[in-house]
Amino acid sequence: MTRWHLSRRSLLLGASGVAVAGAMLGRPRGAYAAGKLSVGFWDHWVPGANDTLTRLCREWAAKEKIDLTIDYIPSQGNKLLLTIAAEAQARSGHDILAMNTWLPGSHAERLEPVDDVMKDVLAKNGPTNPVVEYLGKPDGHWRAVPATPGSQMKGPASRIDLLKEHAGIDILAMYPPDGPATPAAEQWTWDALLAAAEKCHKAGFPFGIGLGTTSDNVDTWGSLFHAFGARLVDEKGNIVVKSDATRAALEFAKKLAAFLPADAIAWDDGSNNRWLISGKGALIFNPPSAWAVAKRDAPQVAEKVWHHPAPKGPKGRFGPYLPYYWAIWSFSPNKSAAKSLLAHLSTREAAEQLVAASQGYDIPGYLSFNDFKTWNEEGPPRGTLRHYPPTKDQILSIAAAPAPHKIAEQIYNQATITKMIARIVQGGDSIDKAIAWAESELEGFMRG
Amino acid sequence: MAQAAAIGGALEERGASRGGGLARRRARIAFLLCLPLILLVLALVIYPAFYSLHLATLNKSMTRFVGLANFAFLFKRETFWMVVEQSVIFAVGAVVFKALIGFVLAHLVHRLPQRGQRAWRGMLLVPWVIPPAMSTLVWWWMYEPSYSALNWLLAGMGFAPVPWLGDPYWARFAVILVNVWYGAPFFMIMYLAALKSVPAELYESAEIDGANAWQKLIYVTLPMLRNIIAITVLFSLIVTFANFDIVRILTAGGPRDMTHVFATWAFKLGIESNDIPLGACVSLFMFPILGIAAVFILRDVHRRSRELAGVAA
Repeated sequence: MTRWHLSRRSLLLGASGVAVAGAMLGRPRGAYAAGKLSVGFWDHWVPGANDTLTRLCREWAAKEKIDLTIDYIPSQGNKLLLTIAAEAQARSGHDILAMNTWLPGSHAERLEPVDDVMKDVLAKNGPTNPVVEYLGKPDGHWRAVPATPGSQMKGPASRIDLLKEHAGIDILAMYPPDGPATPAAEQWTWDALLAAAEKCHKAGFPFGIGLGTTSDNVDTWGSLFHAFGARLVDEKGNIVVKSDATRAALEFAKKLAAFLPADAIAWDDGSNNRWLISGKGALIFNPPSAWAVAKRDAPQVAEKVWHHPAPKGPKGRFGPYLPYYWAIWSFSPNKSAAKSLLAHLSTREAAEQLVAASQGYDIPGYLSFNDFKTWNEEGPPRGTLRHYPPTKDQILSIAAAPAPHKIAEQIYNQATITKMIARIVQGGDSIDKAIAWAESELEGFMRG
Repeated sequence: MAQAAAIGGALEERGASRGGGLARRRARIAFLLCLPLILLVLALVIYPAFYSLHLATLNKSMTRFVGLANFAFLFKRETFWMVVEQSVIFAVGAVVFKALIGFVLAHLVHRLPQRGQRAWRGMLLVPWVIPPAMSTLVWWWMYEPSYSALNWLLAGMGFAPVPWLGDPYWARFAVILVNVWYGAPFFMIMYLAALKSVPAELYESAEIDGANAWQKLIYVTLPMLRNIIAITVLFSLIVTFANFDIVRILTAGGPRDMTHVFATWAFKLGIESNDIPLGACVSLFMFPILGIAAVFILRDVHRRSRELAGVAA
């Protein structure tokens, strides 16, 4: 029987031999040879949607030999917003973070440009819609990659029965379940909406359009302003709010506000959802989340809800669109892996799976992706999402555009448009006084 | 004799030096015991305070030093002065009502028989014990624009619904009411403790002198409670001025920014609108207001303590 004697000298010799051999052979190729990557995704509210995203990421990580960590961060209670702000200050945290609407531009200086990724992605997928480009390319460079999860349209979600019964509008004749919009859809204008709002208000089913300061409110009134050609600040940064178009939009808003719920001024992003689900309202502007909750909590309401494009105004049919992005921090230690993952998630196959997992809620930012079959199949009522993705006659918009990014962000987040309307409707301001107030606010937003 | 005196002196000296050593050792132990808290305060209060001062001197993109330009900008904004006014209305209004209600409740509980007093004290403390974010959510459901439970009750009694959160003035009332509901028990418990420490002989002497209940309150109770009233008012003023959760949950500053207080507006500007330097400026604006209030109130408390010490001597 041989006995091994391990002396201190032989141990040191052995250890140094292993170290030298290791150094000479280079880094060992193990399961995670290409390093680590940490990702913070938006926590999707649709059950199961996160699982598909996780699966897609894990497939990529296994192939690329990356040690991948995924966190799902909810947007409720501003958790995602606070995480982004904290990581930006600390210059530490995830490699990739989900950012919505204005955030890629707000943090542009702290984000890794992704022009190289987008060049390949655009070559394969074709162009994005204009809102995606306006928000994702704030300084001539792509600062983030458009994300499918969370990107959404905010057109009307109408009650088929109530519109027909009280306003005489057959929404299915305009936007049928089995085909594209019919010529009758040309009649779907803001004036038609105003007339319908009055009739439904009289019948006890007011339209649920809020006048608060949160995103849903701002998006709806922002699309109305665009439809009237009203802009607050132009693309060069000039204040142009004092215009006939703004006056016309405000006149119209004043008329419409008279037929909205009395407390619409205090509405947040959940108020319109509750309004529709309760059966009290004939129309709201919202992605299909209200309908999806109604499917569970009030199926008798859900089966009468139809999603369709926004009404047309003097300057066109503007559909509110809110994109999400995936951004890479400039301090990320593994940018090449981060870019590879984002390219993987931007393929048509990945986007189609993500849209299906979100039950049609997500609208990818690439125009060529608007033909996924999920939207035709979802229901009840079957086809309710058929007209939810952008249609060719719609101009996608975001409130406060086309102002330069840093100014538009303030206009949007401080709800300057809805506050102007609230000042007139509730504060008793004249239209000119409200415009003068907005001018003073906008001058403040110009601060560098 | 001289030798005895010398020995006595030496012992005294040694005793004094031993006493001094003990005191030093105690001070060292006390410092070490306090050290974790000092470090915590440094890390979580002092550092962020100085960091926010630094942030307040940067431009919107946080790339350039702009000195006091952000403050100068704020002073020119209409909304800023509206927020100052609202913060004062909110804090002063809420503290006055909290103090009054707490004072009345403390007297009522003090007068209860000892046996049932504990149960009442416990019940009255419930609003203060529940985390405010949670209780404010319940209040929000009662005020909720479309399905207000309070309006349901009013409708049942034949009254018109009240736009609790939709009308700026009702909304201001609503946020103050919740703050009073939450904070009054704190005042009650502080005043109750103070009432219990007022010597019964003072009331007996006043009674012998023919003082009625009102005179006993004015000439005995109030002077004896003056310090605790001042300190609770100061403490509550600081906490109420810095309030965030109640306004954020109930109105988020609306309608038309007419319920914003410093903290909610700072959050709106700094975090939601990505203008962190301006948000830092707004939050720093609370500091001088509260600092001035603290100096006046604490000076009064100090003077009063010295007066009482003089009377006792």
